Amino acid sequence: MHLAYPAVLAVLLFCTGLYGVLARRNAILVLMSVELMLNAVNLNLVAFDVWLRDTLHAGQALTLFTIAIAAAEIGIGLSIVLMVYRNRGTSDVDRLRDTAESPGPAGPDDAAPDGAADATHPDATAAAQKAEATA
Amino acid sequence: MTLAAAAPQGFLSPTGVEVAFVLVGLVTFAAAIVTVTTKQLVHAALWLVVALGGLAAEYLLLTAEFVAWVQVLIYVGSVVVLLLFGLMLTKAPIGRSPDADSGNRWAALTVAVAAAATLVWVVVDAFRTQWIDLDAPQGTTSVTGAMLFQHWVLPFEALSVLLLAALVGAIVLSRKSEEPSDERVRDAKAHARDDAEAAADKEQR
Repeated sequence: MHLAYPAVLAVLLFCTGLYGVLARRNAILVLMSVELMLNAVNLNLVAFDVWLRDTLHAGQALTLFTIAIAAAEIGIGLSIVLMVYRNRGTSDVDRLRDTAESPGPAGPDDAAPDGAADATHPDATAAAQKAEATA
Repeated sequence: MTLAAAAPQGFLSPTGVEVAFVLVGLVTFAAAIVTVTTKQLVHAALWLVVALGGLAAEYLLLTAEFVAWVQVLIYVGSVVVLLLFGLMLTKAPIGRSPDADSGNRWAALTVAVAAAATLVWVVVDAFRTQWIDLDAPQGTTSVTGAMLFQHWVLPFEALSVLLLAALVGAIVLSRKSEEPSDERVRDAKAHARDDAEAAADKEQR
């Protein structure tokens, strides 16, 4: 088989996952896109392992390890998403801006009063209110 | 692996394995595209099953048999189920949700298409003359087991520790908000007791 076929398929899957990570808003859909990227890497590992006829079969061993690590990653990631959802009432990554720097001239080091800081972040205010309501 | 070894194979006379690989690859790629673009969140998880199953078929075509079945067991069997549970526990809407895509999707599309074009060009240019010899299977279960437990035992055991740590971490993360709710229940019970005592005081008066 031509080596370019699995390599090109892996590239296309990786870029599909890249688009999903950048464009999706729901955190669980972002995790799904990360899974697509990991699978593209796995396909590359298997294809190059079969091509090189490695005596240690490093590619297939690393593929198995990647699958196990991806299972661990999805468990931890989902529990984090569920905790964020319980505390904030949303799993929308666009709204989780609490640690973002404020776009105005007031830097993060300026001791701005809480009211002014909240006025520049209506989403953060809503999220904080939801957090207070759910806490 | 060299140009001389690649000479007998023709680029325009694909073998049956190549045709099957390209067809399954097209299905996999289309399922992946639908996964990242559909507006129905549950459908995205179900199309992810198609994409991951297609990848398992590709592993079978590459003669990596054991990896293919592990892919089916772990990804299709457990990861997608976990994702579906996550979608349901975060109260994902069943129908179309118009805000599934973020506002920067055109920037994301530009980045993804540019990366795909660059990588496809580089990869095709690099491996244009390389061929995989699929006559001898490379990943039967006996070969994979012997390799895994002869040469890769230490990483394997370390991986089991990592899985245990991830499991404990997930449980701890999920349990953390139980304590405030217990306090809330206790507070509610205390309030109820106070109210009952107040009512009893009123009745005594």
